[in-house]
Amino acid sequence: MSLGKSIKRIDAFDKVSGRCKYTDDLCDKGAYIAKILHSTIAHGRVLNIDIEEAGKVEGVVKIITCFDLKEKNYFPTAGHPWSTDVSHQDVADRLLLTEEVKFYGDDIVAVIAEDTVSASKALEKIKVEYEEYPLVTDPIKAMEDGAIRIHKDYPNNILSHTSIRKGNYEEVIKDESLIKVEGWYETPPVQHCHIENFICYAYEENGRIVVVSSTQIPHIVRRVVGQALGIPWGKVRVIKPYIGGGFGNKQDVLYEPLCAFLSTQVGGKLVKLDTSREETFVATRTRHGMKTHIVSYLNKDGKYIARKIEVISNQGAYASHGHSIAAKAMGCFPQLYPCDNIEADAYTVFTNRPVAGAMRGYGIPQVMFAVESHTDDVAKKLGVDKIEFRLRNLMPVGYVDNFSKNVNYFDSFGQCIEKAKEYMDYDNRIKELENQTGDVRTGLGMAVYWYNTAVWPIALESSSCRMILNQDGSVGIQLGETEIGQGADTAFAQMAAAAIGVSVDKINVISVQDTDVTPFGTGAYASRQTYVGGFAIEKTAREFKEKIFEYAFKLTNVPPYMQYMKDGIIYRTTDNKELISLEELSKEALYSLSDSQHISAQQTAQIKSNAYSFGCCFAEVEVDIKLCKLKVNKIINVHDCGKLINPELAKAQVHGGMSMGLGFALSEIQLVDEKTGRVLNNNFLDYKLSTVMDHPHLEARFVENAEPTSVFGTKSLGEPPVCPVAPAIRNAVLQATGVGINELPLRPEKVFEYFKGANLI
Amino acid sequence: MYDIKAIYEAKTIKDASRLLLEHKDAQIIAGGSDVLVQVREGKRAGKELVSIYGLDELRGVKILPNGDIKIGSLTSFSCIIGSDIIKEHLPVLAYAVEQVGSPQIRNIGTIGGNTCNGVTSADSASTLFAYDAMIEISGMDYERIIPISEFYISAGKVDLKEGEIQTAIIIKKESYEGYFGRYIKYAMREALDIATTGCSVNVKLSPDKKYFEDVRIAYGVAGPVPMRAVNAENFIKGKEVNEENIDSFANEVLNDVRPRDSWRASKAFRSHIGVVMAARCLSRATELAGGDVDGRL
Repeated sequence: MSLGKSIKRIDAFDKVSGRCKYTDDLCDKGAYIAKILHSTIAHGRVLNIDIEEAGKVEGVVKIITCFDLKEKNYFPTAGHPWSTDVSHQDVADRLLLTEEVKFYGDDIVAVIAEDTVSASKALEKIKVEYEEYPLVTDPIKAMEDGAIRIHKDYPNNILSHTSIRKGNYEEVIKDESLIKVEGWYETPPVQHCHIENFICYAYEENGRIVVVSSTQIPHIVRRVVGQALGIPWGKVRVIKPYIGGGFGNKQDVLYEPLCAFLSTQVGGKLVKLDTSREETFVATRTRHGMKTHIVSYLNKDGKYIARKIEVISNQGAYASHGHSIAAKAMGCFPQLYPCDNIEADAYTVFTNRPVAGAMRGYGIPQVMFAVESHTDDVAKKLGVDKIEFRLRNLMPVGYVDNFSKNVNYFDSFGQCIEKAKEYMDYDNRIKELENQTGDVRTGLGMAVYWYNTAVWPIALESSSCRMILNQDGSVGIQLGETEIGQGADTAFAQMAAAAIGVSVDKINVISVQDTDVTPFGTGAYASRQTYVGGFAIEKTAREFKEKIFEYAFKLTNVPPYMQYMKDGIIYRTTDNKELISLEELSKEALYSLSDSQHISAQQTAQIKSNAYSFGCCFAEVEVDIKLCKLKVNKIINVHDCGKLINPELAKAQVHGGMSMGLGFALSEIQLVDEKTGRVLNNNFLDYKLSTVMDHPHLEARFVENAEPTSVFGTKSLGEPPVCPVAPAIRNAVLQATGVGINELPLRPEKVFEYFKGANLI
Repeated sequence: MYDIKAIYEAKTIKDASRLLLEHKDAQIIAGGSDVLVQVREGKRAGKELVSIYGLDELRGVKILPNGDIKIGSLTSFSCIIGSDIIKEHLPVLAYAVEQVGSPQIRNIGTIGGNTCNGVTSADSASTLFAYDAMIEISGMDYERIIPISEFYISAGKVDLKEGEIQTAIIIKKESYEGYFGRYIKYAMREALDIATTGCSVNVKLSPDKKYFEDVRIAYGVAGPVPMRAVNAENFIKGKEVNEENIDSFANEVLNDVRPRDSWRASKAFRSHIGVVMAARCLSRATELAGGDVDGRL
């Protein structure tokens, strides 16, 4: 059996040896180079563009300005499945190039040149005249009456506002015996920091346009390029090779439409658009900064009686994934600590900041920081043990969510917390750390989370798979779900091997997605690959085996229902007699002079379920009070993500997520100059992504309760590891010093402000 | 692809001077870990470069007959870290340059480049200031040696005249003998970071270890160029070794440093950590020197 084993990644050797081909490796070196002129104001209108001097730069082929666009095809960019229901479609507010500048870094001119130096020189010589409008970068200010409006159809700059109401919050809180706890919690916009910047190239072939792109979502890119260029979607072919990380940034259509368009402007010649790190920081996407307000009312027994949450999400200049992120963030609140009286509101607000989109965790790391920081604040106020308080109030076993129909089947929270406590030697350590004084103190903190797996019922869940039998009994498989570094191809190979009944080395996963060839799938996002892809693999394998057994019937006279296959050998069920190997069968099937067949199968699985994933993080943090520095000395994440397909790969996922969580907690923030809207730290020197030297040992452990709705017992793991880390660290600092720092990241300057406010220094 | 107009490789020190005099706008390039970044950013794009990277006579650390330590300007950070002479006599300098960037940058980056770049945040600079380092400069047909405090003129500007290159950094015997030092780089990351503030202290105690005979303290990023905190130094000289005096010394630093508000850090924050660093550096250096600081680290 291939499941549950830590086989090596199927792409490990090629990746480590540098043999894997990424977009830039595949692009012909003679390609034209496209570079974009980004606006140097945050809000206003382009009045005039002078390209005369730029056009004289040697090597410049063509310059296209926002005024050159004849047709204005507004297009959406979110990597969501298309909705045939107009009211559910993503907001179409982007143009290839724009006169209406909405953030510092907006795209206004594109230069096509023979090389990068010529293109860069030309950019410097372009003169732009603007009419400037006032700008707003703070979402709360942007919502105020009288604030400058960024998109004409959105009063108060509110892209969307949704609510949840349960019970009667206003009435219940009149009870004066209730204990009230209230807090504001803030998380900043941060960037994905994938190693490979966004890159794509495009050319025309036989009247169609081919785009090769570093994307998570090739089939969605095909649709959006078609929409942006106003051409039939079938005229677009998108190819996705190996990519150097995406983390949600590449779950957006970025510059593929512009690059495709530019190719059409130079006779279909090959044009490459390779964004710099600075552009990746400013002009792709970020995580949504959020301000979250939570009010809780508890009775004397420490039970939640009424709760309220307001989430204000900073969308930046364009809609991208829009309100779906804030809505998801808000939606996790009533379920984590169920309570009879709930008021929840989420606002997504346009500002003149870089555009926020999808990023690993999709709103949950932000709101989990608020919710789990607040939980510690509540426990502190009540004077009760923070873990016991959680266990008493967390989503109980048997809980069912009426919307998603998710069920909490197991005591995952209790089991995860127990494992983490054991690793941390929690009960002893917490006693040792009592009553500390001095400049350097240590605290133990923890936080929990829950996370969804797929996107149903918010959006479509569909996955297709194809299997083909090769001459030697090996099997080629293709899926629309993409390998983006997470190890999906390896998990698919293990699942396919198990579903078909062959060994993993007989499975060849065709990693590259080509929308002309690969079965339709919406790509890599949510934490859905093994869950949704698993259904498609299992369903296709059923058809595939049916065909194999039919053919074996012809060769052996044993009826299909009396056959089974294991390790590539077909047996008779009645006496386990070996009938024929898949290798012999496939050779016979292809080369038979009487009945030649290429055995293949393709199926689409639509999934109308979703699954809760649970876990926790515990962290021990040393606080140097005088130096305002934090050091995480010990940290563990424990996850119940169902059955593990590949334990080592699962750990790797957790390590990556914890790392992202540490950066979110301690150092990462995209800083914007409030006066100009310019991003101040658009590079890795000033944007403090943590290095390997900043990482403690990352411990990852699992609780494996098989998910009943999942064909392979799996549920989400890709995003969850980010979710509980920041609040666990914040709570450790609270434990050590008595100071709860409610603004991420907990960078020294912020720590200084809080410690000074608390008279610690 | 880098926008470089031309690159000339110097064969000798004189050759370097000649090339610089012939190409007045040319930029000297050594390891390139600063210059190439600046070319990419456009600041030095389209310029001529004069490479001195092949001048092996500028590499290496040695002790001169008079006991002075001479560090060739092209000596990489890695070589300084690994030098037995540095480890024995100037361990704090080895530690300071070990804080530079990453292993790759420390392999290519040179101490000459670090100082000639003229930035206040250079990891080597505050320690070199604290050691009263001397800078050796070579022109077409002359050499001159100046104190490092005179070498730095203003942010990004050092005292190199037309046709001159920096050839060595010299630490005099009387500047290091009997001194013990400590450097703290305050940064947001443990690697690949620029100092928010850097503080380097070295101390010489009286023979009975009871008094501060001499204390030198220098900062990076406390002003436009690296600087010494002279008021603090004068305050502590001759004082008794104890915690109270160390704390007073640290507070005295505020009369010297001129940190500013920027989006990278506020003045209030920089001042606060400047004081904490001064106290911790002096305590640690004093302990290394054999002094008793009331059992505190």
